[in-house]
Amino acid sequence: MAQQMNSDTLSLADLRPEQQGEIVKIETEDGVFKRRMQSLGVVAGTPVTLDRSAPLGDPRIYSLMGYSLGLRNAEAQQIRIRVK
Amino acid sequence: MKSPVTVALVGNPNAGSTSLFNALTGAQSAVANYQRVTTSLNVREITHGGVPLRIVDVPGIFSTSSQSPEEKVGCDYIHGEEPDIIVNVLDAGHLDRSLFLTTQLIETGLPRITVLNMMDEVRRAGIRIDTALLASALGSPVVETCALKKEGIDALLDAVAAMASTTPAAAPLRLHYDSHLEAAIERVQQHLSKLHPQELSPVRSRWLAIKMLEGDDEVLRHESNHVELVEEIKGEQSALAHEHDEDTASLLASARFAFSNGLLREVRQQDGDPTAGFKLTRILDDFFLNRTLGLPLLLGILWVMFEATFTLGAIPTDWIKAGVQLATDLVDKTLPEGMFHDLVVNGVMAGVGGTIVFLPNIVILFFFMAILSGTGYLARASFLMDRVMHHFGLHGTTLIPMVAGFGCNVPAVMATRVITNKRARLIAMLIAPFMNCSARLPVFILFAGAFFADIAGTVVFGIYMLSLAAAMLSAVLLNRIIPGSGGDAFVMELPPYRLPTLHSVLHHMWDSAQGFVAKVTGVILVGSIVIWFLQEFPRDITYSQDFETVIAEQTALPDSPEKETALKTLKSAQAQEKLEKSYLGRSAIAVTPLFQPLGFSWRDSAAIMTGFVAKEVVVATYAVIYAQEKGSDQLTETLRGAMPPATAIAFMIFTLLYAPCLSTIAIIGKEAQSWRWAGFSVAYSLTFAWLLALAASRIGGTFL
Repeated sequence: MAQQMNSDTLSLADLRPEQQGEIVKIETEDGVFKRRMQSLGVVAGTPVTLDRSAPLGDPRIYSLMGYSLGLRNAEAQQIRIRVK
Repeated sequence: MKSPVTVALVGNPNAGSTSLFNALTGAQSAVANYQRVTTSLNVREITHGGVPLRIVDVPGIFSTSSQSPEEKVGCDYIHGEEPDIIVNVLDAGHLDRSLFLTTQLIETGLPRITVLNMMDEVRRAGIRIDTALLASALGSPVVETCALKKEGIDALLDAVAAMASTTPAAAPLRLHYDSHLEAAIERVQQHLSKLHPQELSPVRSRWLAIKMLEGDDEVLRHESNHVELVEEIKGEQSALAHEHDEDTASLLASARFAFSNGLLREVRQQDGDPTAGFKLTRILDDFFLNRTLGLPLLLGILWVMFEATFTLGAIPTDWIKAGVQLATDLVDKTLPEGMFHDLVVNGVMAGVGGTIVFLPNIVILFFFMAILSGTGYLARASFLMDRVMHHFGLHGTTLIPMVAGFGCNVPAVMATRVITNKRARLIAMLIAPFMNCSARLPVFILFAGAFFADIAGTVVFGIYMLSLAAAMLSAVLLNRIIPGSGGDAFVMELPPYRLPTLHSVLHHMWDSAQGFVAKVTGVILVGSIVIWFLQEFPRDITYSQDFETVIAEQTALPDSPEKETALKTLKSAQAQEKLEKSYLGRSAIAVTPLFQPLGFSWRDSAAIMTGFVAKEVVVATYAVIYAQEKGSDQLTETLRGAMPPATAIAFMIFTLLYAPCLSTIAIIGKEAQSWRWAGFSVAYSLTFAWLLALAASRIGGTFL
């Protein structure tokens, strides 16, 4: 089933500028991180765009729910999105 | 209700609860434009409309599930203390996100008032909010405020006072979840009621059931002795996961956001472009967060800050210097000769006067810090630096406590509470004292001015860069030494740029000025007096030669230039020997072998020893010692003659890095909850300082 999901989803870290994504799922065993992300609005269905990258490409700033969230790529890789 | 009525201000980090607290109570707590600046509960009592109120500013939280040590303060307060009224502070411009916390607060069942803060920004963006509709949907009064402009404060106080004098509704608002979730909540709730008969209200047991299903570690730990209950929770969770292909925490979170999305669709209306209000932030970020310009700009901004601290500070410093000189001369002439005269002129006036001249530098430094933090640039700096700091095993957000450390190491150590991981936090705490705090600034301004007058500003900047480098290098070392693992996720909200209010900037400067003056009139005054006595006693010194007789013989000779020189040399030799044989001299000479390799004289050792208490005393010590030997000449010139430039560099490095002041050591012990780490910090920094100073004096000695 995971394979099937991966075919039409990307990780948040793969989101390119100008693309509009939608959160699908947070894939992590780390409950604290997961709840932290959820309380920041990273839940299924939330639209997200890439705002800009730090000088060395990591971390990046994403736009969601009308605010800017800075995330490292390692964390963004745990968030699956669907590109519209 | 109880008297006084406890009113807790609860909201997301950076929603403005501290500004609101200040506006409500007339307090002056520090406010900054980045996450989590409040590190502990602020409490103040006021009376409004005859109702005594106890206002509590709770550190910002995104959710009521405990996370970082600091968010824990907020969560524990809401769960444990159960305030009488919750004032839920919302950043009205970020309702989509901040209503998540509101849905959790609704479930506590506590009486609530909803505050839409920063309404001015929202109106400017052309957004209208139907507050009456929002109030009925949230089951709470809604008050619009702009805390920074002190708008809506009376309306809020009226609402609080009105709520305090009415009995809370019997059946508070309840969020409804999907049928599977509701059934699971119901079952857990019944189990809980059986375990705690008559102790739990229906609201409380429902709330606990939801928290447990959500997987809140804290609540689960609390109930961990009820094995059956824990098993049941696990069963419910896996059943729900099977049914929905999603874990319970996600289901609950999605339901909460669905509720707030639906609500906002009804109460919020947008005219024109919703992002219009944040256009300026985008333009500024294109510049400040530019991929090529960003980091050089950050360095440039820091350089300007330290250069200005030195050069701009020099102007009023000269006035204060002249004033101190005038006062010293006056006292010198009016007081009759004797021990009291010497104590006042060479002890108090030299020590206090030598330190107070640095007041302008410190005020200017704090001005820049207020601007950096108030505009929201500091949050961006940590974003820019995260990758670099990651290489050193540090976290971008650690930059905030580190830059705060430029002001004072004590709040810097406390600010490490933003770090969730215990080990990462300990490392941040241990490197924080390397940040060049404003107490050390006088030492560097004095030395840079004395030895490198032409490039003094750059030398001061260099010292700050060295302090950053020392902190980074230590992070690498400590990462290897301290067992365990674990970094921290970089999760940071970038706030929109805001213009700090003139009032808050002035307050920041005034506060730092007051703090410095208090230190000068406290620890430095006492220090100067103690140092004076230590260098003045014992009085019955056995000199290596009979100075009195030799001087008398010289004086009897006919006047000549040679006689003048010989007399001067003799008197200075006598003064020096007297100092060396004083209590201060003897104890300093005893430890000097330790510092000999660095090229330090016993005077430098004395300054280092006294600097353990507070680093400002280093300057006061030099001032008192040299006032004794050379008379009240300019400290700068005397110092220049006392050591070669390479030694001066070594001394600056040593002063920068060796054990922080007593207050910092104490706060490390408290925050790390172990005096061993405080002791480790002292031992480690002394070793580190000594090695680096040695390297500097060796390398510098070959070049300068």
